[in-house]
Amino acid sequence: MNGNTHSGLAQIQAQIMWSRLISVVEEQAQTLLRTAFSTTVREAGDLSAGVFDTKGRMLAQAVTGTPGHVNSMAIAVQHFLARYPNEAMREGDVYITNDPWLTCGHLHDLTVVTPVFREGRIIGSFACTAHVVDIGGRGFGPDARSVFEEGLYIPIMPLVREGRINEDLLEMVRWNVREPLQLEGDVHSLIACNRAGADRLLAMMDEFGLTDLDALGEEIIERSRAATLAAIAELPKGTYRNTLTMDGYDEPITLAAAMTISGEGIHVDFTGTSPASNHGINVVLNYTTAYTSFGLKCIVAKDIPNNAGSLAPLTVSAPEGSILNVPRPWPVAARHVIGHMLPDLVFGCLHQAIPERVPAEGAASLWIVQLRGGATAIDSEARRNAAFDPPEFEVALFNSGGAGARPTKDGLSATAFPSGVRTIPAEATETVAPIVIWRKELAEDTGGAGLLRGGLGQVMEIGGADGAPFSVLAQFERIHNPARGRGGGLDGAAGSVALDDGAKLRGKGQQTIPPGQRLKLVLPGGAGYGDPRDRAAEDVAADVRNDLVSPEAARRDYAVAVSAGGTLDEAATAALRGAGAE
Amino acid sequence: MAESGAEVRIGVDIGGTFTDIVLERGPERITAKVLTTPDAPEEGVRQGLAQAMVSCGAVPHEVALVIHGTTLATNAMIERKGARTALITTEGFRDSIEMGTESRFEQYDIDMEKPVPLVPRQWRSPIPERLNASGDPILPLDEAAVEATAARLAADGIESAAIGLLHSYVNPAHERRVRDILREALPDLAITLSSEVAPEMREYERFSTACANAYVQPVMARYLRNLEDGLREAGFTCPLFVMLSGGGVADIGTAIRFPIRLVESGPVGGAVFASHVARQCGLDRVLSFDMGGTTAKICLIDDAQPQTTRAFEVARAHRFLKGSGLPLRIPVIEMVEIGAGGGSIAVVDRLGRIAVGPESAGAQPGPACYGQGGTEPTVTDADLAMGRIDPAEFSGGRIVLDGQAASDALSSAIGTPLSLEPQMAALGVSEMVGENMAGAARVHAIEIGATLGERTMIAFGGAAPLHAARLAEKLDMDRILIPSAAAVGSAVGFLRAPVAYEVVRSAYQVVSAFNPELTNRVLEEMRDEAAAIVARGEPGAPTREHRSAYMRYLGQGHEVVVPLPNRTWAREDTAIIREAFETAYEALYGRIIPNLDLEIVSWSVGVSAVPEAVAFIDPSPEAAAPPERGVRPVLDPGSGRVVEATLYRRADFTPGARVDGPALIVETDTTTVVSTAFAASVDALGAIVLERRPPQGEDA
Repeated sequence: MNGNTHSGLAQIQAQIMWSRLISVVEEQAQTLLRTAFSTTVREAGDLSAGVFDTKGRMLAQAVTGTPGHVNSMAIAVQHFLARYPNEAMREGDVYITNDPWLTCGHLHDLTVVTPVFREGRIIGSFACTAHVVDIGGRGFGPDARSVFEEGLYIPIMPLVREGRINEDLLEMVRWNVREPLQLEGDVHSLIACNRAGADRLLAMMDEFGLTDLDALGEEIIERSRAATLAAIAELPKGTYRNTLTMDGYDEPITLAAAMTISGEGIHVDFTGTSPASNHGINVVLNYTTAYTSFGLKCIVAKDIPNNAGSLAPLTVSAPEGSILNVPRPWPVAARHVIGHMLPDLVFGCLHQAIPERVPAEGAASLWIVQLRGGATAIDSEARRNAAFDPPEFEVALFNSGGAGARPTKDGLSATAFPSGVRTIPAEATETVAPIVIWRKELAEDTGGAGLLRGGLGQVMEIGGADGAPFSVLAQFERIHNPARGRGGGLDGAAGSVALDDGAKLRGKGQQTIPPGQRLKLVLPGGAGYGDPRDRAAEDVAADVRNDLVSPEAARRDYAVAVSAGGTLDEAATAALRGAGAE
Repeated sequence: MAESGAEVRIGVDIGGTFTDIVLERGPERITAKVLTTPDAPEEGVRQGLAQAMVSCGAVPHEVALVIHGTTLATNAMIERKGARTALITTEGFRDSIEMGTESRFEQYDIDMEKPVPLVPRQWRSPIPERLNASGDPILPLDEAAVEATAARLAADGIESAAIGLLHSYVNPAHERRVRDILREALPDLAITLSSEVAPEMREYERFSTACANAYVQPVMARYLRNLEDGLREAGFTCPLFVMLSGGGVADIGTAIRFPIRLVESGPVGGAVFASHVARQCGLDRVLSFDMGGTTAKICLIDDAQPQTTRAFEVARAHRFLKGSGLPLRIPVIEMVEIGAGGGSIAVVDRLGRIAVGPESAGAQPGPACYGQGGTEPTVTDADLAMGRIDPAEFSGGRIVLDGQAASDALSSAIGTPLSLEPQMAALGVSEMVGENMAGAARVHAIEIGATLGERTMIAFGGAAPLHAARLAEKLDMDRILIPSAAAVGSAVGFLRAPVAYEVVRSAYQVVSAFNPELTNRVLEEMRDEAAAIVARGEPGAPTREHRSAYMRYLGQGHEVVVPLPNRTWAREDTAIIREAFETAYEALYGRIIPNLDLEIVSWSVGVSAVPEAVAFIDPSPEAAAPPERGVRPVLDPGSGRVVEATLYRRADFTPGARVDGPALIVETDTTTVVSTAFAASVDALGAIVLERRPPQGEDA
């Protein structure tokens, strides 16, 4: 066969190996997903896994995983290498850290790196990150005033040295967390998942006769970089600005972004963003980068796999001391509250560049409903009024509002975006905690009106079993700042936190639900896209028939006359819409 | 006329395009293939049966058994051709079936759509009532509201209703009362209770299963009754059985009550077929590989039992994406299905990579080489270009393949953009589809805690023999078995399935507070329910019973299936339960966590008629090699080089004959590729067995 055929074969083999690497990291992630203990990993999928070359460049990342780790885990490996260069690592070593600034933004994320050796020589490494359910300290919430209160800090250090586990470290960990057995189980899962990846990689190198990953890595990175740049080159160059106001913990927060599209890529700068908060909703730059890159990738290059090449053209800067780039030792545990807003912020910039491809704003921040029971969890008045000793419990429910309308489709109702977290069935929750979820369904009229309607939020009513009092540790967003519409679409409905008698509660902080009363939450809706008067009248009538839109809102927002039963009055609608056009 | 004595048994598989009939009388087997008649599928069955009966000269009253599998229930859901269905549910939970997990199955795709519920919101009726997690009423059932709902169902022309109330898996009293009120008011309404069809915790999955059952029930009941009547009229006196997705068969009454258990009954036949082959050959670790025109299905089979699961999805928005379908909680044989078949289309993606499937050229226009107007290159085109298929011999000469059309399609879509010759483009396509299948198999193995390397592959379906050897190389497997009659494997599988039924029910307990009275009562009820169904299918047959618990460490998410002995439990037996759990857990994860409490989420009880003993086949003595029918150059994907493959005909092999690869073994419907790494022989049952040869030199 001639040389052309030979190079053809090499080209095909490189493609096969790339495909295999992606499969290898997926196996790595699935190993973690299956064996981990923390609900945050198993149920919520809050994990990531990837393979790296000897320079610490990520070659492939598992599809299974969270946006919060998109390239924060990738950057972490560089820090490991800086502390333990290739020459210092030995076969059988495994390293660990949970440093928020070097990895994924809070102490709950453990990152484990395992170098891979072939014939005595290091050829790359596997890394994985998992959100563990407890790391000691104050627990998972925004209440700490510094990172020292937020839990145990593990600097970059060996977890396993030449096959021998670092018992001293594990002993320290065991005595510093609330669920030592679970945490130890998670640590072993992290070790095992990297091991699974390494075994598969070595088998692949045997099969293809590879001695190192250098050439393959170069090819993957270069092709991905080129494809990302080609996708960016289709966008109009320029700088686009957007700001977004959030409720914040005790005062509003402004997020400001300037997105520059150039020949080198897309850079997002967050100058103008509010300074750090006293509460643990602050974000480290790594995590800011992760959710920013995720938002950009969704619109610009969703089908290009994550690796050092495809992520390189997406860069981020934020002034140190701003809430998007806090220095040590600011508290950071609940950084997702802010991080989840970044895709909406970035979408606002992208919309100016490519108006036909970007959705309207959505509920964005996940509503984590953290409930606590027991005498010490409630205020003294509730304690006095309780008919019996309220039972002790702690439970977290994950719930989502509506997503923004898309340029060609309605928004998804009660669906997490950008987070990928799944909700927990009411029946499962009630089996493990003494509460009753009386209501959990879509909330009428919460989806922002538009040619394309925003996704609906949901309404939840939660009571203590037998009317017991309990408390909510609120950390809810978009109560004062609802999702904003695009292109004439209306805003989504704001969220609300109240008792069932209508008394308002605050969006943030611990508050008591008195005996016999229920907590009533309305989760925010997604915003609309395009003028609601352009929505087909029959589609509006269908929404009324399904109780997604009330007849009053149909008339007010869409200028459509529909009876309560959902019958469209065409003549009245024509009159309404005609009147609107004048 | 037919010789008397030998029992005639018939398997019928209604697929989307063809209805396959397999008739067996003793060792004799006759197959018929007729077009499916979608408007009245029983008509196609009748024609096919008549054809098969004529060709073997049997008469209806000689037939001892007809077993039937069908994708009709699945199709009704995919095509949304089920009944007008309502859901009666607890007030406050009207949207459980729509909100689902509140997550996205495609992280980066902002345009993704979630599966649309089978019951639209306007037909979901909330009723004030509430049980707590222990099953105690904390809000009484509002019977007036149920009566008002009945009136509305009538006004809306509802044909079928699902009743799904919170915590009904613990206490079905409210669901039953709702049923009684509805039945009183609307005697013709079909009714499904979530506490009967899937009595398990987790409202989304349970309600979704109940809605799906209600949605297909009128259609399936009508069809099954027509089929049964038709058989009676034609003179058949034997019982009509249906294949269930869990791998057993049951009587028509059960199928009419729980038609949702039929969803996967067609494909499941293939896995049952492979399990039977595994039993005959004494293979305790098997991977079954079924590759057809549009998809490949992989199932792991241990000790001749296919892997089963209770989680299944139908009507996926993206056929191969988990989470994009409607969840069902029913016992089902666990298979991974990926969009990799002979008709899968190859393209070059924006990164310059070859991507294959899941889009398929189907039967129309089909692969480019069929010459029916297809211009996009498919896996079959690649097989042809690599020399694996003889253009004149394909499908027994019914279609003469056009090699030039295959080459042209490969060149324009793959070769030119990547500067590859057509043969290299073909190799890239073939390798990529192999990689997709291997990757899916590996990830599947990890998900269920299994390993692959030591398994024997049982390959069937039209495209599998072409790709099995390369797939085995990628998965590091050393042995492949290609049974005869592989093309109608599903229908043959029906005839090998035992009469069996499995009941799953939640009875949540923490092991440290184990309640033996409750457990014994629940298990006995479950056994009685399953045994009654098996007795209807095979009265008086000896049965066996399998019990297992779905368990996990307290607070863990995934449950482990723990086989448990059949016994009456006492309080002190928790040590036995813990030990059984730890054995199962360690086998899956390689370690246990001492001192952590355990929880039992649900129980499963399966009752099956004891299957007929199978005769093990003995190894055949060595026999003379079959005649060589020529040589053909074939591109070997392992080395990327062209090798001279010897041609053989499958019919020329006598048991015990053995040839070395590279070779091609040709038969009417397909060709078995014996790569250089393998040698081929034929066993006493006519199966081709590929075994890895000792490593060869570079000269191969």
